[in-house]
Amino acid sequence: MSHTTDYIGKPTNRVDGPAKVAGTAKYAAEFSVPNLLYGYVVSSPIAKGKITKIDSAPVLALPGVQQVFSHENVPSLAFLDRSYKDDVAPGGSPFRPLHDAEIKYSMQPVALVVADTFELARYAASILHIEYEEAAHETELVKHIDEAFEPGRGKTGYKPPKSRGNFGKGWKQGVAHMEANYSHHAQHHNPMEMFATTVEWLGDKKLTVYDKTQGVFNSQQYISKIFGLSKDEARVISKYTGGGFGSGLRPQYQLFLAVMASLQLERSVRVSLTREQMFSFGHRPETLQHVAMATAEDGSLTGINHFAVAETSQFEDFTENVVGWTGTLYDCKNVELGYRLSKLDVFSPLDMRAPGAASGSIALEIAMDEMAYAAGLDPLEFRIRNYSDFDQAQNLPYSSKALRKCYAEGAAKFGWEKRTAEPGSMRDGKMLVGWGMGGGIWDASKMPAVVKASLDADGHLTVSSGTNEIGTGTYTIMTQIAAESMGLPIEAVTFVLGDTTLPESPLQGGSWTAASVGNSVVEACTKLGEALLKQAQKMDNPAFKDTKIDDVQFANGQLRLRSDETQAVVLRDLVQASGEPKIEAENSTVLAKLEMLKPPKYSMHAHNAVFVEVKVDPDLMTVHVTRVVNAVAAGRIINPKTARSQVLGSVVWGISSALMEESVMDHRFGRYMNHNYAEYHVPVNADIHDIDVIFVSEEDDKVNPLGIKGLGEVGLLGVAAAVTNAIYHATGKRVRDLPVTIDKLL
Amino acid sequence: MNSFTFTQATAVAGAVQDKAAHDDAAYIGGGTNLIDLMKENVARPTHLIGLKKLGLDTIETLPDGGLRLGALATNADTAWHPEVEKRYPLLNQAILAGASPQLRNMATDGGNLMQRTRCYYFYDLATPCNKREPGSGCSAIGGYNRVCGILGTSDQCIATHPSDMCVALAALDTTVRVSGPNGERTIKFEDFHRLPGDHPERDNTLEPGELITGLDLPAKGFEKNFSYLKLRDRTSYAFALVSVAAALELEGTLIKDARLALGGVAHKPWRDKEAEAMLVGQRATADTFRRVAAKVLENAKGYGANTFKIELAKRAIVRALKQATEMNQVLDTNAFQNSNP
Ligand SMILES: Cc1cc2nc3c(=O)[nH]c(=O)nc-3n(C[C@H](O)[C@H](O)[C@H](O)COP(=O)(O)OP(=O)(O)OC[C@H]3O[C@@H](n4cnc5c(N)ncnc54)[C@H](O)[C@@H]3O)c2cc1C
Ligand code: SF4
Repeated sequence: MSHTTDYIGKPTNRVDGPAKVAGTAKYAAEFSVPNLLYGYVVSSPIAKGKITKIDSAPVLALPGVQQVFSHENVPSLAFLDRSYKDDVAPGGSPFRPLHDAEIKYSMQPVALVVADTFELARYAASILHIEYEEAAHETELVKHIDEAFEPGRGKTGYKPPKSRGNFGKGWKQGVAHMEANYSHHAQHHNPMEMFATTVEWLGDKKLTVYDKTQGVFNSQQYISKIFGLSKDEARVISKYTGGGFGSGLRPQYQLFLAVMASLQLERSVRVSLTREQMFSFGHRPETLQHVAMATAEDGSLTGINHFAVAETSQFEDFTENVVGWTGTLYDCKNVELGYRLSKLDVFSPLDMRAPGAASGSIALEIAMDEMAYAAGLDPLEFRIRNYSDFDQAQNLPYSSKALRKCYAEGAAKFGWEKRTAEPGSMRDGKMLVGWGMGGGIWDASKMPAVVKASLDADGHLTVSSGTNEIGTGTYTIMTQIAAESMGLPIEAVTFVLGDTTLPESPLQGGSWTAASVGNSVVEACTKLGEALLKQAQKMDNPAFKDTKIDDVQFANGQLRLRSDETQAVVLRDLVQASGEPKIEAENSTVLAKLEMLKPPKYSMHAHNAVFVEVKVDPDLMTVHVTRVVNAVAAGRIINPKTARSQVLGSVVWGISSALMEESVMDHRFGRYMNHNYAEYHVPVNADIHDIDVIFVSEEDDKVNPLGIKGLGEVGLLGVAAAVTNAIYHATGKRVRDLPVTIDKLL
Repeated sequence: MNSFTFTQATAVAGAVQDKAAHDDAAYIGGGTNLIDLMKENVARPTHLIGLKKLGLDTIETLPDGGLRLGALATNADTAWHPEVEKRYPLLNQAILAGASPQLRNMATDGGNLMQRTRCYYFYDLATPCNKREPGSGCSAIGGYNRVCGILGTSDQCIATHPSDMCVALAALDTTVRVSGPNGERTIKFEDFHRLPGDHPERDNTLEPGELITGLDLPAKGFEKNFSYLKLRDRTSYAFALVSVAAALELEGTLIKDARLALGGVAHKPWRDKEAEAMLVGQRATADTFRRVAAKVLENAKGYGANTFKIELAKRAIVRALKQATEMNQVLDTNAFQNSNP
């Protein structure tokens, strides 16, 4: 097979764009099913204690209220913790909604009121009288550093950090040093679309579940195990997701509640959360970090120490790779790393865009800036002097690494060479100007994914896999890859996803979807090509007799001989001649699964370098991020247009982390207090100015056949640090507790 | 949110009567604040009286040269009214510094005066709050009070009035026109909102059942030298941490008349007449402005998370007065603000 059309690598409009713009793209809470009931969740006002009384009677007396579910009447369900574990559950005992009277965190769901209308359910929930017995809670991480412990294996993907060399020795060898503490607060994902599940009761325990999720199979296995449903009984659908950022990686409690209510009432039920309740589950954990570094005369790092303590819940050990990246990104013999957790009365944290790396890179990349100043070096020059050409953490060569190009092309575009080092030395009129930089590293992963390719008698290709579209462009790039593979115009290809009746795909996360599903699309198309060739050979066409798949190509809707392009059959005719409505093929994941068992031969990572300009009002200390250049090395870029959008979004988020975003907890109540869009600040248009995205060329034939490294997360790295570093450069003020709000600069 | 009935009033008298006839009735203008409060169960009216058909949405010039803003004129129509743009640019700037275009299109001028505080605890039924539930305690004191006040606070409540528009209205010496069960009356703007004292549940001096019908701006609009400076956590769609309305009448650099009001710092738009008096007769210099700023904040009290506001307010006053004097907004924070109203 060969690639003769040209979709891969070309900026391509979103194939799902028209549906989204026209409002025909349906989200979980928008599926209208007949005879629907509405559930409204009641949340706990206290952070710890127990429910002593639930006065359901007055609520049940309201005409139209169907049921009030609470721990008092929840049906008996699966017993073992195992049944409540979803695919990415961390170690521990997963939270069970409405399980017992115990309150484990503020805003815990304590009851579900189900009624004929949403409005009635909401009203009924507001008058449901519940009494509590409060117990003392602990939510303040700094007070519990001493109790922090090293987590065991943690959740899938967690790698306990590995130290190397002798940091103490490296520190002593150094001639310049830095040492500082960094912190950032909890953040909530807050996708635009709030969590919702619409369960359609099809009779006899058979359900179609429209869920907001980043993985339909994860939702399916979760409810199957808890409620004892077969796969057939629990079909989960998620065609569009209005943003996930990791919040949809784990099934949220509205899924449990909607399914439970539907099974109990034998009716279709929808449960949607409020914006406030979007603060009642996983979040990026508050993390406290310490970094110390030393450099030799020539600016080379002689030692790095990076230590982090993060919050987790009382019931699960949520782990992420915060400090591990430090051992890879820069060349250094003596690296000491530590990572600990402290249990608090909060809900378990949850992966949030670039989990771990986003937090770690804040400390590491501000520290690199501090170290560069201490060593008297330009921050870019300092990073280049400590460039890692070999992954010392894994003891492996890189499959490819074009970070040098990111530095060079990013700096050139930004005009970095005009920077003067002295803080406060650059001005634009009265405004202080600051230039700062940062960067990061993220895993290039690939998971087994099954894809089916099916060509019908009209010559239309349908490619399907149960992956998800969280706004990243999955529909579009898979359509591009399939069109290119089969030599069809993009209009003749449809990609279908988000349904558990489709072939199984991994969760949409970890920046692995493009590589995992993308390569499987190629494999499935190759299989389909073989089936088509077989059909051609059946048709007594002498030209194709004894030809192998490598002797033919697919182009212009035809199968043709490479050696003689005039020898061709139209693909549509092949299907028609087969007598079947379609010819289909699926890839096999046997090899991909075996591959995962083998130790890796290469260190496979995407990288980026970010350059930021801020302008700061010297009297009022207001900060404006006027320019950002983000240069990314992420292997092959399938669709520069959707890829650019990914990085733009990342930059905006980085600015948000640096300047405004934080879930503020009042520890007296153990409760996040700014639980709405008016007070949980993220940037508005007026906060965002010029953003340049550069994809440096990076060819990689080792990472996977398509050479894709994934883009969902890497673009975020280093942005918050670069903004903070730019503020230092502008003002001479080094803020190490993010976000850098105005009060910290006055 | 509870169930409610709704009537669309067509005459002021009818609206007032309707209100008196119900125990838990509320007037509704644009609903941008009231509906939110109802969704959070902070307000639980059982009857709503719509005001949009009262015919009070006009803006008219008064015989004395002033301008009357109908209570139901929207914030957007008010800001962009030619007379407001030309003669009261301070008001135009203040309104446009608030909320978002969508909200300003819905929000009414009367509703803007009546909007309630954005104190986090006021909005969250899980926490005590004297303003929401008198006697329950003030969670903001000793808690997360970044958005709370530093002037005129009490040990019962330290909330702020969140409006931008009202800061300009205070500076411009507006008169509030109201109609109620006992007929019509006017209230001087400075007397309209109150300090929390021992009754934080009362935001203003409106009597039960009274309806705001209009706002009268005097002829003097300070259209030559003015500035509305708003400092906040993001460039748009955020409430003021501190805002300053400054208006000057200048003869050369000599200050003939001055107005100075602050937002985001107190339970009411904070107008300081003594500070204004300190300005009159002085030269418009940075020194003068600094002295005045120090005076305004003389008795300010920080509560921890909001203590920075004292310093921020001082700097903002100096900057706003400077901008009003020079009327150049070329290269500072305001340039970013105004690039995207
Ligand atoms: C997310 C968000 C951000 C915002 N940001 C800002 C900001 O930055 N700056 C700012 O200034 N404002 C801001 N606002 C507030 C906005 O300006 C007010 O909500 C709006 O002005 C209220 O007007 P309304 O007509 O919608 O009032 P409504 O919600 O209709 O009513 C509010 C109150 O006033 C009463 N009322 C209404 N009209 C009358 C009347 N004629 N007589 C007597 N009582 C009456 C109602 O009974 C109710 O109690 C924001 C609002 C939101 C939701
Ligand atoms: S400051 Fe006022 S509004 Fe806020 S909690 Fe205290 S009493 Fe309530």
